[in-house]
Amino acid sequence: MKKFISEDGLVLPLDRANVDTDYIIPKQFLKSIKRTGFGKNLFDEARYLDKGLPDADCSGRPINPDFVMNQPRYKGVSILLARENFGCGSSREHAPWALDDYGFRCVIAPSFADIFFNNCVKNGILLIVLKDKIVEKLFSETAANEGYRLAVDLPSQTITTPSGETIAFEIEESRKNILLNGLDDISLTLQNKEDIQAYETGWQQKSPWLFSQLGS
Amino acid sequence: MAGLTLYDKLWESHLVKNLDDGTSLIYIDLHFLHEVTSPQAFEGLRLAGRKPWRAGANMATPDHNVPTTKDERSRGVEGILDPTSKIQVKSLDSNCLEFGISEFQIDDPRHGIVHVIGPEQGRTLPGMTIVCGDSHTSTHGALGALAHGIGTSEVEHVLATQCLVQKKAKNMLIKVNGRLNPGVTAKDVVLAIIGHIGTAGGTGYTIEFGGEAIQSLSVEGRMTVCNMAIEAGARAGIVAVDEKTIEYVKGRPFAPTGATWDMAEAAWRDLVSDADAVFDALVELEASDIVPQVSWGTSPEMVAPVTGNVPDPASMSNESKRNNYQQALKYMGLQAGIPIQSIQLDRVFIGSCTNSRIEDLRAAAAVVKGRKVAANIKEALVVPGSGLVKAQAELEGLDKIFTEAGLQWREPGCSMCLAMNADQLGEGEHCASTSNRNFEGRQGFGGRTHLVSPAMAAAAAVHGHFVDIREVELN
Repeated sequence: MKKFISEDGLVLPLDRANVDTDYIIPKQFLKSIKRTGFGKNLFDEARYLDKGLPDADCSGRPINPDFVMNQPRYKGVSILLARENFGCGSSREHAPWALDDYGFRCVIAPSFADIFFNNCVKNGILLIVLKDKIVEKLFSETAANEGYRLAVDLPSQTITTPSGETIAFEIEESRKNILLNGLDDISLTLQNKEDIQAYETGWQQKSPWLFSQLGS
Repeated sequence: MAGLTLYDKLWESHLVKNLDDGTSLIYIDLHFLHEVTSPQAFEGLRLAGRKPWRAGANMATPDHNVPTTKDERSRGVEGILDPTSKIQVKSLDSNCLEFGISEFQIDDPRHGIVHVIGPEQGRTLPGMTIVCGDSHTSTHGALGALAHGIGTSEVEHVLATQCLVQKKAKNMLIKVNGRLNPGVTAKDVVLAIIGHIGTAGGTGYTIEFGGEAIQSLSVEGRMTVCNMAIEAGARAGIVAVDEKTIEYVKGRPFAPTGATWDMAEAAWRDLVSDADAVFDALVELEASDIVPQVSWGTSPEMVAPVTGNVPDPASMSNESKRNNYQQALKYMGLQAGIPIQSIQLDRVFIGSCTNSRIEDLRAAAAVVKGRKVAANIKEALVVPGSGLVKAQAELEGLDKIFTEAGLQWREPGCSMCLAMNADQLGEGEHCASTSNRNFEGRQGFGGRTHLVSPAMAAAAAVHGHFVDIREVELN
């Protein structure tokens, strides 16, 4: 799995609460059986003025000039600044795949939806939860300063602003470990193979009907 | 020591071990798969040379992407006109064959929406842990199972290990006290709950739904409620096991029988929260306060009573919420303050894992019987949740009632709930929908969704706008 250690990058402010995964990647692009290539359709309905079709070339599509990501100053962004409950709705992992494919390595918001949070960790994307007030401040600093960058450092759990201010963030130890080392969590779980087998044997004795669903 | 909640019991009975980093390894009894979120997981297994841990604990069906017209469906998988959809459905078939996973294929009479067929077949049983690469897996919690959605990486993880690495959620009890008024359904209850606690109100919690009003719902109604737990931010919603649960499960094709049934039933009867259990959060609603609900915005928390008006964002003190409401009104093309009943509709959708079971179809049919769809409604779809629901409805003559009224009677699938297939809204069109999400573009590019109960959707089809179902005479 992809590692996350640090990221020094341009910030995109997306000033919208409850951004859902349909908004991040609309359903027509979920027909792909691959994990890659979703970046050109990230935020498709907000980003383009026409209806996006799967497998279509996006280079000639009409761009929505009002959508923040289309402004020239935000070309090459890798850190997304967002509002509360980011990633709510569907469990589609195509949402983090699209963010990753576009080039986002980190999302900062006051809160995230649960399933989306897990899906990001599995794809080496760091999600940082900060207090409303700090997020608000970052939004105004980003708006006021073209070329606004943040330096995110996972080992020290800090974000450094262009003025040199340091903001600390919390992350669960388990998630930090997975991100820093890019661990394959299936291999990690399979290290507990004997425990799983032992549990399964006991559970089968206790609940045999769960192991004999044959159908009639 | 305080007693245990139902969630505590389900968690503890599935705990393989607590890991050093504060997470836990939880055993998964049943894993549902569909065509959209599984191909990359199967590919992952192949690349790593892994096999399913226990193939029999998995069950698959294509639902998100399948067409619903008789013409396409009569030719099975080959009849799917959209070539990318066909590839995805075929991939599910070949992956299930390769990895030994049982599947109800598109032309199986038992095929349908995965969250409808699981309980219908008795695959979903009380006390299970159930996951699926779909956020509406919370539906199965209605039977006293711990069920929630996962992403594709976790689909692969469950296939390979039969476990998930999890952190225990907090416990929330939502009690709906007293009796529901006539015409008020499970859908109205859950929309009112989401309107009350907000779309992130349940984040980090497992919600147990309880109280007299929940107990009085049928098991199918409880599925509607648990289905939308995720729209309140909670991955899982559950309802305690009672007589209705046991009766619902008994005799279903995959349910235990004989002595095993007796053993199972005895175990299931303990699947209730202890009287002295402590919840981290308690929310109470009075059933008598709930009236039929209609969503007016682009988040399931943006609901109003059918007797009410579209709210005015200017009256909101919270700036973020005000912006949010303004964005929603702009997208929906609605003026603040107008009566909900004045919203003109273009389409109607009755279906989805929220409301496509036989009781839902009966409720809708009772409203449209002997009436006609209004002239301004371009299309009204009725999409049963499964082949068996469809067959039952036809046995009862519901299909005739719908088609005589001018609604279309379709083949089972997710259909216009997420509009991955051809069933979509046009740009700017308003739809009365029995589905679960009113997000921007959810039902089609530029489409405008209003979430309602099946009876409310049916009444809206007849009148061309929302009406209070309590004032509609049933035939």
